[in-house]
Formats: sequence, C-alpha cells, structure tokens
Amino acid sequence: MVERVRVTGPPRHPAARRPAVDRTRELRDQPDGTGAVGQLYLRSLLREQLGLAARVIVLLAATLGSVPLVFHLAPELGEREVLGLPVAWVLLGGLVHPFLLLLGWRFVRRAERNEQVFAALVRGDTGDGAVGDGAVDGGTP
Amino acid sequence: MSAADAPGLVAVVLVTVVTLAIGAYGLRFSRTTSDFFVASRTVGPRLNASAIGGEYLSAASFLGIAGLLLVGGAPMLWYPVGWTAGYLVLLVLVAAPMRRSGAYTLPDFAEARLASRAVRSVCSLLVVGIGWLYLVPQFEGAGLTLRTAVGAPEWAGPLIVGAVVLANVTAGGMRSITFVQAFQYWLKLTALLVPAAVLVAVWWGDGRPGSGGGDAAWSVPVAPGGGAGLYATYSLIIGLFLGTMGLPHVVVRFYTNPDGRQARRTTVVVLALLGFFYLLPPIYAGLGRVYGEGIRSDVIVLELPRRMVEGVGGDVLTGLVTAGAFAAFLSTCSGLAVAIAGVLTQDVTSRVLGERRGGVAAFRVAAVVAVVVPLLGALAVRNVGVAQSVGLAFAVAASTFCPLLVLGIWWRGLTAPGALAGLAAGGVGSGTAALLTLAGYSPGGWPGAVLGQPAAWSVPLAFVVMIGVSRLTASRRPAHAGRFLVRLHTPETLRSADAG
Repeated sequence: MVERVRVTGPPRHPAARRPAVDRTRELRDQPDGTGAVGQLYLRSLLREQLGLAARVIVLLAATLGSVPLVFHLAPELGEREVLGLPVAWVLLGGLVHPFLLLLGWRFVRRAERNEQVFAALVRGDTGDGAVGDGAVDGGTP
Repeated sequence: MSAADAPGLVAVVLVTVVTLAIGAYGLRFSRTTSDFFVASRTVGPRLNASAIGGEYLSAASFLGIAGLLLVGGAPMLWYPVGWTAGYLVLLVLVAAPMRRSGAYTLPDFAEARLASRAVRSVCSLLVVGIGWLYLVPQFEGAGLTLRTAVGAPEWAGPLIVGAVVLANVTAGGMRSITFVQAFQYWLKLTALLVPAAVLVAVWWGDGRPGSGGGDAAWSVPVAPGGGAGLYATYSLIIGLFLGTMGLPHVVVRFYTNPDGRQARRTTVVVLALLGFFYLLPPIYAGLGRVYGEGIRSDVIVLELPRRMVEGVGGDVLTGLVTAGAFAAFLSTCSGLAVAIAGVLTQDVTSRVLGERRGGVAAFRVAAVVAVVVPLLGALAVRNVGVAQSVGLAFAVAASTFCPLLVLGIWWRGLTAPGALAGLAAGGVGSGTAALLTLAGYSPGGWPGAVLGQPAAWSVPLAFVVMIGVSRLTASRRPAHAGRFLVRLHTPETLRSADAG
C-alpha cells in the first residue's frame, strides 16, 4: 500500500543552491581537521576572534597600563583633585569599573557577530543568516 | 565574651545557618556526578554571575583591600582593579572556548588538548598547589575575624569555616554551592554597601572632616622606590590581570554555563557585579583615615561602624559587616574546595576507591582532603598577609595556566613537551619567589621587587619557553590539534548534538 505523502521542507533558504550540510562535521571528520574548505573558514574565524581579543588587550594596556608610567614621570599629578578627591582615586577607585564593563560589553557584541558571520558561511548562506536570532542585546544587566 | 560581642555572634550564627539551609535546598537537585562537578551545566548567566561574584570576592576583597588602601594608599588600588580587569582578559581570551572544550577541570582541558598524561598530572599538582596557597590565608582571615568580632580564640574561625564548607560541599557539590554562593554575593554587597552609606552620612553630618589635601604618597598609584617601585607596580598588574584565568575555582565556573555564548555573557555580568562591589572598599579606607585612629588596618571594615555610630545602630552595622566577612570566607573556601576536590577525585580518589564505590563517594573523600590539608596549614602557619599571599597565588597562576590556556586555545603549534617545559619554567620561577617571600625573605630595592612581584619576568619566561620548546618539538604536535581548535571556536548553533 502506498500512501501519498506530500513532503514540504521548511522554506528556510529560498535560494539555497545546495542542501544545508553541516560543514563543521566535514571539518571535524578530516584527519588533522585540515579539510580544505573548513580549514579556510576556521582560520578566518580564528584570526578574526584573536584580532578582536588583541585589540581589547592593547586598548587595556594603552589606557590602564599607561597610568603607572604617567604618574611615575609626573608625580605632581598626585596633588591634582577632582571633586575634592585625588585624581588617582577617582580614576582607579571609580571610573575604571564602568570602563572595563564597556570594553567587555563591546567585545561580546563583536565576538557574537563574528560567530554569526562564520555560521552563515559554513551553512552556505550568503549573509542573511547573520542577522536574526542573536541580534544581541549584549547580555548586560 | 561580653555584651559587645553579641552582634558579631548573632551574625556568624545566622550566616552559618542560612548557608547550610540553602545548601540543603540545593541538595534536592544534586544526584549525579555531573551535578557535583559542574551543576550539570545548566546554570544561566544571572545566577552563575552572582555565584562567581560570591565565590571570587574573598576575605582579601572584603577585609584586605580596605586595610591595604588605608596603609598603602593609591598603589594598592591596583588590587581591586586587577581583580576586575582579570575577568576582562579572561573574557576575551578564554571564556567561550573554555566552555566549549567540554572538560570538567583544568587538567581535563590540558589532557584533551595535548593528549598527554604527564601534562595532566602537572596541571593537577598546580591546581591543588595554587588552591591551597589561596585557601590558607582565607582560613587565617576567618580566625582573625572571629577573634575581632566575638573574641573567640584564633583557631575557632578556621575550624568553623572548614566544617561548614565540608558539610555543604560533601552534601551537594557544585549544585548546592551555586545557590549558596549566589546568595553570598548579594549578602556581601549589602553588608558593605549599607554600612558604607550610613558612615558616609555620618561623615557628611560631621562637616566632612579631612576632605581634600591627602599627602602625595597616598595619591600616586605607583609603589615607592623609583624604578624598582615602577617595576613592582607593573609586575603586580601583570600578575593580577593574567592570573585570574588560571585560578582553579574561577575556571571551573565556566564549565557550569550551558554554552560558550552564555559563558561570555556571564562574564560581562560578573564585570558589572565586581565593579560595583569594588567601589566600596576605598570608601572605608578614606573614612578610616579620618576616624580610624588606632584601629588595626586589617580589621578596619569590622571596627569602623562601631567607632563612628554609637548604640544599637553601631551594633547592627557591626553585625552586618561581620556577616559579610564570614560569608566571604565560606563562599571562597567552598569554591576552592569544589575545584580542588574535583581534580583530586579524578586523579586520586576515584582510582583508589575504584568504580565500585561510585563517583559521588570519591568526590566526598576528595573534598575532605581538599579542606583539611590547608586547614592544618593555617593552624600551623600564622601571620601571612591575606592580600599578599593571595597576590602570590595570582602570580603563580599567571605564570603557569595563563600561557597554557592562551596558547592551547589560540595556537595549534603547542606540544606536550613545550607545555611541560613552560609550566616548569613559570611554575618553578614564580613558585620559588612566592615561597621565599612567604618565608619572610625580603631584601630591599631591586632584588626585593623582583622576588616579591615575580610576574613581570616569570610570565614572559613561561610563554617564551612554551613557544620555543613547542617549535623544537613540532613533530610531536597532537594529531587532533586542528580538530580540537575547531571545537573550541565553533559556535554551538553549528553543532548537531554536543555530548559535551
């Protein structure tokens, strides 16, 4: 007995040129993980994410990291006051915390965007998968 | 013991009872080994971030910082800044990949990445060593707090904290500890925030005495001593910024997130929680300069409320800060105990006890060992500064696990011999400096700075050795390194089923 069944796929990508293969599997199943296509994608994701991390750390070093040197070279800054408090205490006891939070929040947004672009590439989408579910509120309180 | 001790006593008893009660509540959910180690990886960002904050803000943060700031002034501001910024560095370099590695502990990660039992064993040793280096001062601080608050003998604090931690950890493992620690973050924040607000109001009412006109040494954020002071400051910064990611109780928390994306978001919430908390200790230090004449600096937070507010109000505030301090010991000790016990279970007790007894029994035995050894250490050794000894634990972590994690996550060229050589160079270098400093050996000038703050040379040394030896042994790159990196950096949305 043959029953006629109408098969409808979810219309995910109207213009899909090929079936949506999980290319990370292809990627992982390669010995050494050195499959040509996946390797290329992964290298680019790694480079993106590492570059992003490096930028945050360089920014941190250039801002917070320069504080001891600046005060070492110009100790008279210690006598400066903001709102009746020594400037070092205002910077390192107060303002530094919102600054760190801002850096962290921006990093998370960018890192998630990089991953969405990568996911879209691997799935074979061209672009529109990068927008959508995770359009990122940053996860901050 | 006298009437003046009553608020402290009430506070300690209350915190202990509530901690045990929440632990017992969490117990209802703890059944499997996975519950015990990583709360079955189901903890969302808000709860997890509160738990991380609760665990991370130790006695050094609650009591130590205000005292250090009071005595040392602006150079000591780097401690709270570094403890927060360390989380930012951890966020950008390791948070998400760490969670995606699917390992339970640091040694698990090392073994999975490098396929080497030897690296695993060295990492286990380091986790236990760093954990104990961190636990001893916590127990000591507990003794100091109980003596100050209720006049108890100095051995009482460590024993009580040890007993409560053991009860909670052996009963419910990570699952119950997560609830307990989340509660303790908010308790600690309240216990520091409310008295600070009252004390500032009192100070304002007194006509704001002492505002303006600090002396130069108190307001320049560089250690004194010219070039050596500048070196010591930078070395401290490097150790704190890079050491956070290597602390065993910090890293284990990342495995409790559901996925890598949540791990990142959790970390951002942690940055907010820590930043808010660290706004408070400088207030106590500033008020201590005005009102704290004759108070020992390391108990300034406990003594200041009673000094500034008379009568019942002072008693209530004293009870509150005592409760916060006690919560600080309990939560940090619990977190470290879980982390150390997790490693001991996998590498020692589950083998000794065998499969027959099951993972949970092995975990419980390991927890007893993890708590009792540093407890005895704290009873035997006295008078190591809490913040200093914690600072050295950071330096050792920064010189060992930081290079291992950063290179393991971002560089496929890392080999097992390279990792071993780097861990040895960084660990022996910073460890020797730490032990000499703890033993009281402190020459002046440059040698003192180099030994007292080893991170600035030991961290680069570990990186250079790890990279150099890995390059020399390039033929021994693990075959699966490429695949492993794929796993670490692939967003979960692309995975079909992750057994994790």
